[in-house]
Amino acid sequence: MENLISIFVKSIFVDNMIFAYFLGMCSYLAVSKTVKTSVGLGVAVIFVLGITVPVDYLLNKYLLVPGALSWLSPELADVDLSFLSFIMFIAVIASMVQLVEMVIEKFSPALYSSLGIFLPLIAVNCAILGGSLFMQERDYANIAEATSFGLGSGVGWFLAIVGIAAIREKIRYSNVPAPLRGLGITFIITGLMGIAFMSFMGIKL
Amino acid sequence: MSNREPLFSAKNRRLLTTPLGKENPITIQVLGICSALAVTVKLEPAFVMTISVIAVLAIGNVLISLLRKTIAPRIRIIVQLVVIASLVILVDQVLKAFVYDVSKQLSVFVGLIITNCIIMGRFEAFAMSNKPWPSFLDGVGNAAGYGIILIIVAFFRELLGSGSIWGYQVVPEVFYDWGYKDNGLMILPPGALIVIGIIIWVQRSRDKSLVEEN
Repeated sequence: MENLISIFVKSIFVDNMIFAYFLGMCSYLAVSKTVKTSVGLGVAVIFVLGITVPVDYLLNKYLLVPGALSWLSPELADVDLSFLSFIMFIAVIASMVQLVEMVIEKFSPALYSSLGIFLPLIAVNCAILGGSLFMQERDYANIAEATSFGLGSGVGWFLAIVGIAAIREKIRYSNVPAPLRGLGITFIITGLMGIAFMSFMGIKL
Repeated sequence: MSNREPLFSAKNRRLLTTPLGKENPITIQVLGICSALAVTVKLEPAFVMTISVIAVLAIGNVLISLLRKTIAPRIRIIVQLVVIASLVILVDQVLKAFVYDVSKQLSVFVGLIITNCIIMGRFEAFAMSNKPWPSFLDGVGNAAGYGIILIIVAFFRELLGSGSIWGYQVVPEVFYDWGYKDNGLMILPPGALIVIGIIIWVQRSRDKSLVEEN
Protein backbone atom coordinates (compact mmCIF):
# COMPACT_ATOMS: atom_id res chain seq x y z
CA MET A 1 0.00 0.00 0.00
CA GLU A 2 2.76 2.44 0.93
CA ASN A 3 4.44 1.55 -2.30
CA LEU A 4 1.32 2.50 -4.24
CA ILE A 5 1.07 5.88 -2.53
CA SER A 6 4.72 6.49 -3.18
CA ILE A 7 4.33 5.76 -6.91
CA PHE A 8 1.26 7.96 -7.00
CA VAL A 9 2.93 10.96 -5.36
CA LYS A 10 6.12 10.46 -7.33
CA SER A 11 4.30 10.46 -10.65
CA ILE A 12 2.44 13.65 -9.74
CA PHE A 13 5.33 15.74 -8.54
CA VAL A 14 8.73 14.28 -9.35
CA ASP A 15 8.05 12.64 -12.72
CA ASN A 16 5.47 15.19 -13.75
CA MET A 17 4.40 14.52 -17.32
CA ILE A 18 4.71 18.16 -18.37
CA PHE A 19 7.57 19.53 -16.36
CA ALA A 20 9.87 16.53 -16.42
CA TYR A 21 9.03 14.89 -19.75
CA PHE A 22 7.13 17.51 -21.77
CA LEU A 23 4.43 15.04 -22.69
CA GLY A 24 1.13 16.38 -23.91
CA MET A 25 2.61 19.81 -24.53
CA CYS A 26 0.56 20.42 -27.67
CA SER A 27 -2.81 20.36 -26.01
CA TYR A 28 -1.28 21.90 -22.90
CA LEU A 29 -0.33 24.97 -24.92
CA ALA A 30 -3.42 25.04 -27.10
CA VAL A 31 -6.14 24.55 -24.50
CA SER A 32 -4.74 26.49 -21.55
CA LYS A 33 -6.29 29.85 -22.37
CA THR A 34 -9.04 29.63 -19.74
CA VAL A 35 -9.21 27.70 -16.48
CA LYS A 36 -12.62 26.25 -17.23
CA THR A 37 -11.71 24.41 -20.40
CA SER A 38 -8.40 23.28 -19.01
CA VAL A 39 -10.16 21.69 -16.03
CA GLY A 40 -12.33 19.76 -18.50
CA LEU A 41 -9.38 18.51 -20.49
CA GLY A 42 -7.42 17.71 -17.33
CA VAL A 43 -10.22 15.55 -15.95
CA ALA A 44 -10.53 13.73 -19.26
CA VAL A 45 -6.79 13.02 -19.26
CA ILE A 46 -6.87 11.63 -15.71
CA PHE A 47 -9.77 9.45 -16.74
CA VAL A 48 -8.19 8.07 -19.89
CA LEU A 49 -4.74 7.56 -18.37
CA GLY A 50 -6.29 5.76 -15.41
CA ILE A 51 -7.93 3.32 -17.80
CA THR A 52 -5.41 2.87 -20.60
CA VAL A 53 -2.30 2.33 -18.48
CA PRO A 54 -3.67 -0.74 -16.65
CA VAL A 55 -5.18 -2.13 -19.87
CA ASP A 56 -1.89 -1.72 -21.68
CA TYR A 57 -0.16 -3.25 -18.68
CA LEU A 58 -2.22 -6.42 -19.04
CA LEU A 59 -1.67 -6.42 -22.79
CA ASN A 60 2.05 -6.03 -22.33
CA LYS A 61 2.27 -8.72 -19.67
CA TYR A 62 0.13 -11.38 -21.32
CA LEU A 63 0.78 -10.72 -24.98
CA LEU A 64 3.86 -8.75 -25.80
CA VAL A 65 6.91 -9.30 -23.58
CA PRO A 66 9.20 -12.23 -24.39
CA GLY A 67 7.65 -15.40 -22.99
CA ALA A 68 4.32 -13.70 -22.36
CA LEU A 69 2.43 -16.16 -24.51
CA SER A 70 3.41 -19.15 -22.39
CA TRP A 71 -0.06 -19.12 -20.81
CA LEU A 72 -1.41 -20.22 -24.20
CA SER A 73 0.92 -23.11 -24.73
CA PRO A 74 4.49 -23.86 -23.63
CA GLU A 75 5.72 -23.90 -27.23
CA LEU A 76 5.05 -20.20 -27.54
CA ALA A 77 7.29 -19.39 -24.57
CA ASP A 78 10.08 -17.84 -26.64
CA VAL A 79 7.95 -15.69 -28.89
CA ASP A 80 8.84 -12.02 -28.55
CA LEU A 81 6.16 -9.68 -29.82
CA SER A 82 7.45 -6.56 -28.11
CA PHE A 83 8.14 -4.84 -31.44
CA LEU A 84 4.37 -4.68 -31.88
CA SER A 85 3.86 -2.67 -28.71
CA PHE A 86 3.52 0.75 -30.39
CA ILE A 87 0.75 -0.34 -32.67
CA MET A 88 -1.06 -2.33 -29.96
CA PHE A 89 -0.88 0.51 -27.45
CA ILE A 90 -2.12 3.12 -29.88
CA ALA A 91 -4.96 0.84 -30.94
CA VAL A 92 -5.96 0.31 -27.31
CA ILE A 93 -5.79 4.03 -26.65
CA ALA A 94 -7.85 4.94 -29.69
CA SER A 95 -10.52 2.37 -28.90
CA MET A 96 -10.54 3.16 -25.17
CA VAL A 97 -11.04 6.83 -25.90
CA GLN A 98 -13.95 5.93 -28.15
CA LEU A 99 -15.38 3.68 -25.45
CA VAL A 100 -14.95 6.23 -22.69
CA GLU A 101 -16.64 8.77 -24.92
CA MET A 102 -19.66 6.52 -25.42
CA VAL A 103 -19.92 5.64 -21.73
CA ILE A 104 -19.75 9.26 -20.65
CA GLU A 105 -22.29 10.24 -23.27
CA LYS A 106 -24.70 7.60 -21.96
CA PHE A 107 -24.32 8.10 -18.23
CA SER A 108 -23.36 11.72 -17.81
CA PRO A 109 -24.48 13.93 -20.67
CA ALA A 110 -23.54 17.03 -18.66
CA LEU A 111 -19.90 15.95 -18.35
CA TYR A 112 -19.97 14.86 -21.98
CA SER A 113 -21.05 18.24 -23.25
CA SER A 114 -18.51 20.02 -21.06
CA LEU A 115 -15.64 17.83 -22.30
CA GLY A 116 -16.90 18.24 -25.84
CA ILE A 117 -14.22 18.02 -28.46
CA PHE A 118 -11.43 17.27 -26.00
CA LEU A 119 -12.21 13.59 -25.61
CA PRO A 120 -11.42 12.51 -29.17
CA LEU A 121 -8.37 14.77 -29.14
CA ILE A 122 -6.96 12.84 -26.23
CA ALA A 123 -6.25 9.87 -28.50
CA VAL A 124 -3.36 11.82 -29.97
CA ASN A 125 -2.21 13.39 -26.72
CA CYS A 126 1.34 12.20 -26.22
CA ALA A 127 0.87 12.05 -22.46
CA ILE A 128 -1.41 9.04 -22.89
CA LEU A 129 0.86 6.99 -25.13
CA GLY A 130 3.81 8.22 -23.09
CA GLY A 131 2.16 6.88 -19.94
CA SER A 132 1.88 3.43 -21.48
CA LEU A 133 5.42 3.48 -22.83
CA PHE A 134 6.89 4.60 -19.49
CA MET A 135 4.87 1.89 -17.79
CA GLN A 136 6.47 -0.63 -20.15
CA GLU A 137 9.95 0.79 -19.68
CA ARG A 138 9.76 0.97 -15.88
CA ASP A 139 8.41 -2.52 -15.56
CA TYR A 140 5.88 -2.13 -12.77
CA ALA A 141 5.39 -5.21 -10.63
CA ASN A 142 1.61 -5.54 -10.72
CA ILE A 143 -1.50 -3.97 -12.08
CA ALA A 144 -2.18 -1.92 -8.95
CA GLU A 145 1.17 -0.18 -9.31
CA ALA A 146 0.52 0.49 -12.98
CA THR A 147 -2.90 1.95 -12.20
CA SER A 148 -1.55 4.20 -9.51
CA PHE A 149 1.15 5.38 -11.92
CA GLY A 150 -1.47 6.10 -14.56
CA LEU A 151 -3.73 8.04 -12.22
CA GLY A 152 -0.82 9.92 -10.69
CA SER A 153 0.48 11.01 -14.09
CA GLY A 154 -3.00 12.18 -15.00
CA VAL A 155 -3.30 14.23 -11.81
CA GLY A 156 0.12 15.75 -12.42
CA TRP A 157 -0.90 16.77 -15.92
CA PHE A 158 -4.17 18.18 -14.57
CA LEU A 159 -2.33 20.32 -12.01
CA ALA A 160 0.07 21.61 -14.63
CA ILE A 161 -2.56 22.66 -17.15
CA VAL A 162 -4.85 24.26 -14.55
CA GLY A 163 -1.86 26.14 -13.11
CA ILE A 164 -0.72 27.54 -16.43
CA ALA A 165 -4.28 28.44 -17.42
CA ALA A 166 -4.71 30.44 -14.22
CA ILE A 167 -1.44 32.27 -14.87
CA ARG A 168 -2.34 32.97 -18.49
CA GLU A 169 -5.68 34.43 -17.47
CA LYS A 170 -3.88 36.90 -15.21
CA ILE A 171 -0.99 37.68 -17.52
CA ARG A 172 -3.38 39.13 -20.06
CA TYR A 173 -3.40 42.25 -17.89
CA SER A 174 0.35 42.65 -17.75
CA ASN A 175 2.68 44.40 -20.10
CA VAL A 176 4.46 41.59 -21.92
CA PRO A 177 6.88 42.60 -24.73
CA ALA A 178 4.92 42.26 -27.97
CA PRO A 179 6.96 39.50 -29.65
CA LEU A 180 6.77 37.38 -26.51
CA ARG A 181 3.01 37.59 -26.18
CA GLY A 182 1.03 34.39 -26.32
CA LEU A 183 3.23 31.43 -27.08
CA GLY A 184 6.61 32.83 -26.09
CA ILE A 185 5.73 33.89 -22.59
CA THR A 186 3.83 30.65 -22.03
CA PHE A 187 6.99 28.68 -22.75
CA ILE A 188 9.02 30.77 -20.36
CA ILE A 189 6.43 30.55 -17.59
CA THR A 190 6.28 26.80 -18.06
CA GLY A 191 10.03 26.73 -17.70
CA LEU A 192 9.82 28.68 -14.46
CA MET A 193 7.05 26.39 -13.18
CA GLY A 194 9.28 23.47 -14.10
CA ILE A 195 12.06 24.93 -11.96
CA ALA A 196 9.62 25.20 -9.08
CA PHE A 197 8.55 21.59 -9.55
CA MET A 198 12.18 20.51 -9.47
CA SER A 199 12.22 21.25 -5.78
CA PHE A 200 10.20 18.05 -5.35
CA MET A 201 13.09 16.04 -6.73
CA GLY A 202 14.57 13.55 -4.35
CA ILE A 203 11.42 13.23 -2.28
CA LYS A 204 11.26 9.74 -0.84
CA LEU A 205 8.15 8.32 0.72
CA MET B 1 1.93 15.86 -70.97
CA SER B 2 3.25 19.29 -71.80
CA ASN B 3 1.01 21.13 -69.38
CA ARG B 4 2.35 19.23 -66.40
CA GLU B 5 3.73 21.25 -63.57
CA PRO B 6 7.51 21.05 -63.33
CA LEU B 7 8.64 19.06 -60.30
CA PHE B 8 10.17 22.07 -58.62
CA SER B 9 7.76 24.81 -59.65
CA ALA B 10 7.61 27.96 -57.54
CA LYS B 11 4.56 26.61 -55.75
CA ASN B 12 6.26 23.36 -54.87
CA ARG B 13 9.40 25.11 -53.73
CA ARG B 14 7.29 27.20 -51.42
CA LEU B 15 5.88 24.04 -49.85
CA LEU B 16 9.40 23.13 -48.98
CA THR B 17 10.60 26.48 -47.67
CA THR B 18 7.76 28.19 -45.80
CA PRO B 19 7.75 25.62 -42.98
CA LEU B 20 11.38 26.51 -42.32
CA GLY B 21 10.49 30.03 -41.28
CA LYS B 22 7.10 31.67 -41.54
CA GLU B 23 5.04 28.54 -41.01
CA ASN B 24 7.44 26.74 -38.73
CA PRO B 25 5.68 23.77 -37.13
CA ILE B 26 7.13 24.40 -33.69
CA THR B 27 7.28 28.14 -33.23
CA ILE B 28 4.22 29.12 -35.27
CA GLN B 29 1.90 26.15 -35.68
CA VAL B 30 2.71 24.84 -32.15
CA LEU B 31 2.90 21.22 -33.26
CA GLY B 32 5.22 18.55 -31.99
CA ILE B 33 6.56 20.38 -28.98
CA CYS B 34 6.91 17.35 -26.71
CA SER B 35 9.75 15.65 -28.49
CA ALA B 36 11.36 18.93 -29.45
CA LEU B 37 12.02 19.59 -25.81
CA ALA B 38 12.88 16.16 -24.58
CA VAL B 39 15.54 15.04 -27.03
CA THR B 40 17.52 18.25 -27.24
CA VAL B 41 19.99 17.87 -24.38
CA LYS B 42 22.66 16.79 -26.86
CA LEU B 43 23.07 17.46 -30.56
CA GLU B 44 23.38 13.85 -31.64
CA PRO B 45 19.99 12.52 -30.46
CA ALA B 46 18.35 15.68 -31.79
CA PHE B 47 19.87 14.99 -35.19
CA VAL B 48 18.79 11.35 -35.19
CA MET B 49 15.29 12.41 -34.14
CA THR B 50 15.17 14.92 -36.99
CA ILE B 51 16.11 12.28 -39.54
CA SER B 52 13.51 9.88 -38.11
CA VAL B 53 10.75 12.46 -38.25
CA ILE B 54 11.69 13.46 -41.81
CA ALA B 55 11.51 9.81 -42.86
CA VAL B 56 8.19 9.12 -41.13
CA LEU B 57 6.51 12.34 -42.22
CA ALA B 58 7.65 12.23 -45.86
CA ILE B 59 6.76 8.57 -46.38
CA GLY B 60 3.58 8.86 -44.34
CA ASN B 61 2.41 11.91 -46.29
CA VAL B 62 2.94 10.07 -49.57
CA LEU B 63 1.08 6.97 -48.34
CA ILE B 64 -1.85 8.93 -46.98
CA SER B 65 -1.97 10.98 -50.15
CA LEU B 66 -2.09 7.81 -52.26
CA LEU B 67 -4.82 6.39 -50.03
CA ARG B 68 -6.76 9.61 -49.71
CA LYS B 69 -9.56 8.63 -52.09
CA THR B 70 -10.16 5.26 -50.43
CA ILE B 71 -10.17 6.33 -46.77
CA ALA B 72 -13.67 6.79 -45.39
CA PRO B 73 -13.78 10.01 -43.36
CA ARG B 74 -15.17 8.31 -40.26
CA ILE B 75 -12.26 5.96 -39.83
CA ARG B 76 -9.50 8.20 -41.07
CA ILE B 77 -7.91 8.76 -37.64
CA ILE B 78 -7.46 5.03 -37.13
CA VAL B 79 -6.07 4.57 -40.65
CA GLN B 80 -3.65 7.43 -40.11
CA LEU B 81 -2.56 6.03 -36.76
CA VAL B 82 -1.93 2.61 -38.29
CA VAL B 83 0.17 4.10 -41.09
CA ILE B 84 2.20 6.18 -38.63
CA ALA B 85 2.61 3.35 -36.16
CA SER B 86 3.90 0.95 -38.80
CA LEU B 87 6.42 3.50 -40.07
CA VAL B 88 7.54 4.29 -36.54
CA ILE B 89 8.05 0.60 -35.81
CA LEU B 90 10.31 0.42 -38.87
CA VAL B 91 12.28 3.47 -37.78
CA ASP B 92 12.58 2.11 -34.26
CA GLN B 93 13.92 -1.23 -35.48
CA VAL B 94 16.41 0.50 -37.79
CA LEU B 95 17.65 2.72 -34.97
CA LYS B 96 18.00 -0.26 -32.64
CA ALA B 97 20.00 -2.08 -35.27
CA PHE B 98 22.39 0.69 -36.32
CA VAL B 99 22.63 3.31 -33.57
CA TYR B 100 21.72 1.41 -30.43
CA ASP B 101 23.19 3.98 -28.00
CA VAL B 102 21.18 6.83 -29.43
CA SER B 103 18.07 4.68 -29.53
CA LYS B 104 18.52 4.01 -25.79
CA GLN B 105 18.93 7.74 -25.13
CA LEU B 106 15.80 8.59 -27.07
CA SER B 107 13.95 5.95 -24.99
CA VAL B 108 10.20 6.34 -25.36
CA PHE B 109 10.45 9.35 -27.62
CA VAL B 110 10.88 7.31 -30.78
CA GLY B 111 7.55 5.68 -29.99
CA LEU B 112 6.08 9.05 -29.30
CA ILE B 113 6.65 10.09 -32.92
CA ILE B 114 3.31 8.29 -33.34
CA THR B 115 1.52 10.93 -31.35
CA ASN B 116 3.71 13.75 -32.58
CA CYS B 117 1.07 16.23 -33.62
CA ILE B 118 3.12 17.42 -36.60
CA ILE B 119 2.49 14.13 -38.33
CA MET B 120 -1.24 13.91 -37.70
CA GLY B 121 -1.53 17.62 -38.35
CA ARG B 122 0.13 17.43 -41.78
CA PHE B 123 -1.85 14.32 -42.74
CA GLU B 124 -5.07 16.10 -41.93
CA ALA B 125 -4.17 19.50 -43.28
CA PHE B 126 -2.27 18.55 -46.39
CA ALA B 127 -1.92 14.94 -47.45
CA MET B 128 -5.66 14.19 -47.29
CA SER B 129 -6.33 16.73 -50.02
CA ASN B 130 -3.22 16.82 -52.20
CA LYS B 131 -1.31 14.72 -54.70
CA PRO B 132 1.61 12.54 -53.60
CA TRP B 133 4.47 14.70 -54.88
CA PRO B 134 3.39 17.97 -53.20
CA SER B 135 2.61 15.94 -50.10
CA PHE B 136 6.11 14.54 -50.13
CA LEU B 137 7.57 18.05 -50.35
CA ASP B 138 5.25 19.29 -47.65
CA GLY B 139 6.32 16.40 -45.43
CA VAL B 140 10.02 17.01 -45.96
CA GLY B 141 9.60 20.75 -45.50
CA ASN B 142 7.65 20.53 -42.27
CA ALA B 143 9.87 17.87 -40.78
CA ALA B 144 12.91 19.94 -41.71
CA GLY B 145 11.37 23.04 -40.12
CA TYR B 146 10.85 20.97 -37.01
CA GLY B 147 14.40 19.67 -37.24
CA ILE B 148 15.94 23.12 -37.56
CA ILE B 149 14.43 24.22 -34.27
CA LEU B 150 15.46 20.93 -32.67
CA ILE B 151 19.04 21.41 -33.79
CA ILE B 152 19.21 25.06 -32.76
CA VAL B 153 17.87 24.21 -29.31
CA ALA B 154 20.19 21.24 -28.97
CA PHE B 155 23.17 23.31 -30.10
CA PHE B 156 22.66 25.92 -27.39
CA ARG B 157 21.74 23.41 -24.71
CA GLU B 158 24.78 21.29 -25.36
CA LEU B 159 27.12 24.27 -25.72
CA LEU B 160 25.94 26.05 -22.57
CA GLY B 161 25.01 22.97 -20.59
CA SER B 162 27.98 20.68 -21.18
CA GLY B 163 30.46 22.93 -22.98
CA SER B 164 30.63 20.58 -25.94
CA ILE B 165 29.22 20.20 -29.45
CA TRP B 166 28.40 16.78 -30.84
CA GLY B 167 30.26 15.29 -27.87
CA TYR B 168 33.48 17.22 -28.54
CA GLN B 169 34.67 19.61 -25.87
CA VAL B 170 34.68 23.15 -27.30
CA VAL B 171 34.94 25.27 -24.19
CA PRO B 172 38.69 25.17 -23.47
CA GLU B 173 39.93 23.74 -20.15
CA VAL B 174 41.49 27.07 -19.15
CA PHE B 175 38.06 28.65 -18.99
CA TYR B 176 37.12 26.17 -16.30
CA ASP B 177 40.35 26.95 -14.46
CA TRP B 178 39.42 30.62 -14.56
CA GLY B 179 36.15 29.77 -12.90
CA TYR B 180 33.76 29.28 -15.86
CA LYS B 181 30.99 26.84 -15.02
CA ASP B 182 28.63 24.97 -17.30
CA ASN B 183 25.06 26.11 -16.85
CA GLY B 184 23.36 23.19 -15.18
CA LEU B 185 19.90 24.58 -15.90
CA MET B 186 20.39 23.99 -19.62
CA ILE B 187 20.61 20.23 -19.18
CA LEU B 188 17.43 20.15 -17.12
CA PRO B 189 13.95 20.22 -18.69
CA PRO B 190 13.14 23.89 -17.89
CA GLY B 191 16.22 24.97 -19.87
CA ALA B 192 14.64 23.69 -23.08
CA LEU B 193 11.42 25.59 -22.47
CA ILE B 194 13.28 28.82 -21.88
CA VAL B 195 15.49 28.37 -24.98
CA ILE B 196 12.41 27.79 -27.16
CA GLY B 197 10.73 30.81 -25.58
CA ILE B 198 13.74 32.90 -26.55
CA ILE B 199 13.80 31.50 -30.11
CA ILE B 200 10.15 32.48 -30.49
CA TRP B 201 10.97 35.92 -29.12
CA VAL B 202 13.82 36.43 -31.61
CA GLN B 203 11.80 35.16 -34.56
CA ARG B 204 8.79 37.32 -33.77
CA SER B 205 10.74 40.49 -33.15
CA ARG B 206 12.37 40.06 -36.57
CA ASP B 207 9.02 39.48 -38.27
CA LYS B 208 6.36 41.69 -36.71
CA SER B 209 3.54 40.08 -38.66
CA LEU B 210 3.84 36.99 -36.45
CA VAL B 211 3.17 38.85 -33.21
CA GLU B 212 0.07 37.54 -31.43
CA GLU B 213 -2.76 39.66 -30.15
CA ASN B 214 -2.92 39.54 -26.41
